[in-house]
Amino acid sequence: MTTTEINPTQRPVDDAGAPARTRPLGERILRAAVPVAMLALLVVAWQIYVTANDVPHYILPSPARIAGAFVTDWPVLLTALGVTVRITLLALAIALVGGVLLAIVMAQSRWVELALYPYAVILQVTPIVAIAPLILIYAPTTQSALLICAWIVAFFPILSNTTQGLRSTDHNLLNLFELYGANRWQTLIFLKIPSALPYFLTGLRIAGGLALIAAVVAEFAAGTAGAGSGLAFRLLESQYRLNIPRLFAALVLLSVTGIIIYFITSLISHLLLRNWHESAVRREN
Amino acid sequence: MTAPPPRKRMLTDPQVTPDPAPGFETGSGKPLVSMRAVSKVFSNGTVALKDMTLDVSRGAFVSLLGPSGCGKSTALRIVAGLGDASSGRLVWHDNGTDEAGSRPEIGFVFQEPTLMPWATVFRNVWLPLRLSGRPRNQSRDEIMDALDMVGLANFADAYPRELSGGMRMRVSIARALVTRPKLLLMDEPFAALDEISRFRLNDDLLHLWERFHWTVIFVTHSVFESVYLSQRIVVMAARPGRVVEDMRIDAPYPRDAAFRTSPEYGDNCRRVSTALQAAMGASAA
Repeated sequence: MTTTEINPTQRPVDDAGAPARTRPLGERILRAAVPVAMLALLVVAWQIYVTANDVPHYILPSPARIAGAFVTDWPVLLTALGVTVRITLLALAIALVGGVLLAIVMAQSRWVELALYPYAVILQVTPIVAIAPLILIYAPTTQSALLICAWIVAFFPILSNTTQGLRSTDHNLLNLFELYGANRWQTLIFLKIPSALPYFLTGLRIAGGLALIAAVVAEFAAGTAGAGSGLAFRLLESQYRLNIPRLFAALVLLSVTGIIIYFITSLISHLLLRNWHESAVRREN
Repeated sequence: MTAPPPRKRMLTDPQVTPDPAPGFETGSGKPLVSMRAVSKVFSNGTVALKDMTLDVSRGAFVSLLGPSGCGKSTALRIVAGLGDASSGRLVWHDNGTDEAGSRPEIGFVFQEPTLMPWATVFRNVWLPLRLSGRPRNQSRDEIMDALDMVGLANFADAYPRELSGGMRMRVSIARALVTRPKLLLMDEPFAALDEISRFRLNDDLLHLWERFHWTVIFVTHSVFESVYLSQRIVVMAARPGRVVEDMRIDAPYPRDAAFRTSPEYGDNCRRVSTALQAAMGASAA
């Protein structure tokens, strides 16, 4: 068989046959510099505004004061951050394992899906703030209550996305597997799970952010009742004490945590999909 | 090489027995598979196929030609074992006698390349062997042979998205050939390709067939493609899907670009085209 349409020595990279290009160095530096410069500009403007108008620090603290709060309150904030991050990651991990396993069980049996899916939906659509007080009553400790809240919220995106992914398998590929006598497990492992991967990763990205939000919301709901020492508790406490610089510092830490979680889940997604999925492949035209 | 005069048989003609006379086709003359009054009724009541009787000889290249809805793909799927016939029988003669045997190794090529996008070309071609429990290192020779046949030996590590449409279809053909099947079933495999790629793949397919002499059942809606490739064309009509004519193309192999422009090719195309027109008239009635 001769193949003249292709040059076998050169692996094609896109339809036009052009090699993959990395962005020019100048553009890459600019891409990093522009957001940093914008942030610096905002912080400076904020500092100037506060100083020029003599805004009281319990209304709006200056960036310098917030930085000061970071330095002086660092031990307290760091402990609080540890508590919140631990709850978030633990909830995410349990949601991940549970969501994926349940999705696989549901994909194997229509009856299990009919029996369980409605409850997953009910848990999802009921606002977590509304359920949190009940969970605080029933759970043995405040920490476990917070964990349950964060888990409930993180669980659903993973479950529903993975279920959707397992159902969206290419019918022709299913026929092909049937034709070659694949059994149920081979079909699951070689076909359904890989095709569900992009859906699962979308669920993971959503769940990562939501787990943090839910952990914070649950801490708010627990309020001072808890032996709470998470970031949200410190945030509330700072508000009561009119320690607004510390409140801002806690807020910044929460944002940064959320950004890091999003970045990590996106990176995982990119690494797993970069070779084949359209979402991870840069358009070349 | 003198070709015997074309023979035409109307299956609807009551004087003609539905079984072809011995030696009706080139090839060994002994059937590999016989469809006996096979019908398929879908759950919504559509009669996709009505009383189809067809013997396919060992080593023959047979096309099923007809308008959409004539049951040609349904017939192919029943032969492949994807879905059962509503009535009628499928008889395999895998031991070369008229005795009923078991289904031999089959290769199936879909209209779409139907590749797993997350797997390299190598792993896609490995799939049929992998599903029968063959580890990667024990399959390497067969996989590379199959890739060699379709001219893609240098693309084993490429991902499907890196390949052109024609190359993806070649991978799909390599995957069908990797099990060294006795019977190759092709469901409009080149319909989605541009004409130039289609011509090239037609030629390559014929070269491979002349070399290995598997039995091929080729579903198409193109008169020109079926005449170019086949020894025998089974013309089908829709509503209900049925065989209306069984025609022989006696032009010798190898067939090449010269055949495409020969008067013989033109005559055959005209003949088959007329039969197809009649079939479509019968469908509308």
